Amino acid sequence: MTLPVSLRAGGILALFVGIGLAAVALVHEQTREQIATAERQVVLDRLAAVLPDGHDNAPEDQVYERPNPLDHATPLRIYPAYAEDTYLGAAVEVETPEGYAGTIRLLIGIDADGEIIGVRTVAHRETPGLGDAIETARSDWMYGFDGRALGDPPEDDWHVRQDGGAFDGITGATITARAVVDAVRAVLIDYTAEPEAYRGVEHAEDATAIDPQADGHSDEGPTG
Amino acid sequence: MSQTPTTRSIFRDGLWGNNAALVQLLGLCPLLAVTTTAVAGLGLGIATLLVVTASSVVVSLIRNIVPQDVRIPVFILVIAAFVTIVELVVAAWLHDLYRTLGLFLPLIVTNCAILARAEAFASRQPVGPAALDGIATGTGFAAVLIVLGALRELIGRGTLLDGAEQLFGPAAAGWTVELVDGDVFLLAILPPGAFIGLALLLAIKNRIDDRHGR
Repeated sequence: MTLPVSLRAGGILALFVGIGLAAVALVHEQTREQIATAERQVVLDRLAAVLPDGHDNAPEDQVYERPNPLDHATPLRIYPAYAEDTYLGAAVEVETPEGYAGTIRLLIGIDADGEIIGVRTVAHRETPGLGDAIETARSDWMYGFDGRALGDPPEDDWHVRQDGGAFDGITGATITARAVVDAVRAVLIDYTAEPEAYRGVEHAEDATAIDPQADGHSDEGPTG
Repeated sequence: MSQTPTTRSIFRDGLWGNNAALVQLLGLCPLLAVTTTAVAGLGLGIATLLVVTASSVVVSLIRNIVPQDVRIPVFILVIAAFVTIVELVVAAWLHDLYRTLGLFLPLIVTNCAILARAEAFASRQPVGPAALDGIATGTGFAAVLIVLGALRELIGRGTLLDGAEQLFGPAAAGWTVELVDGDVFLLAILPPGAFIGLALLLAIKNRIDDRHGR
């Protein structure tokens, strides 16, 4: 007995789906740690640009997590900066799910007064030529956040212009710009509401200390 | 195309006579978008070369067990699997390059030059010639990426091999040749410059072909 042609074709197609998935899964498993290490390195490289000048600690070794003020499971990572034990500010790594093509991870530097030192993109999959204007290597758009705070512009104006706010959008990438502005606003609101929570893991009630040597975001729940 | 072409003609076609980018004008989206520097062109070129060679080999190996009706989906699956694998490997060990190439690395899947070779050549030929054809096609495509990237980088920024450390490690940071300080002719690295640059290469190639009386 021979199978109908269409069944045989479907079976072979399914077989190749299985083989393809297995191959990709295997490589994913082999490269996962290395990719996480490389992504961590990107964060460390960007940290210097957003941390307050003159800190004398190693913020990357005092990093801890705190729940994301955005409706998103990946927690914030906070890198507090001190000079002679006086709090100067912090770099906040936040992931937003609102990007045009998946999540966008940002690094936001905020000083002790709640003023933004700088914002940098750590990871994104936005459209080349449009949404990738959130990379400082491609456009100056990110510098529009420098020196801003929750009262400057007023909180109600912390939106892209298309939403009636004070921030320029990105031509052809309104969704990307909105995701970034909204994420920065959410972090600033959280920072203003609970400044203590950003001053170090010992000040924050719902913070989770993490091992700075551990790689990657704790996708599998908080690491101990 | 039941007859197997000679190695010589496979290479002549892939590299020049039937070049994927310059003659078939396939895969232009990544070609035009990525070639702002020679190094980015080289990176995408190598990735494309790996994918087209590996998928040609596999497509040739499975050519007799895949029914006609589902061959295109199966070929796409094979190509997509290799692209994902290459993407993961680049993300792990060449992370800076991964960030430069961005979305164009996964978009190799949609490079019709690869599917075209799978369908027109690899699915009708034994493994050996299919592998050679993949190498020839990939090399021909990569060569255009590199030349166009170098051309645009040189005219647009006055540098050559900027960012070589992304591909070759920190030791290569000093390879950059800076001929002129600052941006020179910015149009060259903007999208219109890509089209103008490609048109130039096409014109040069046709001119050479004409000279040799084909």
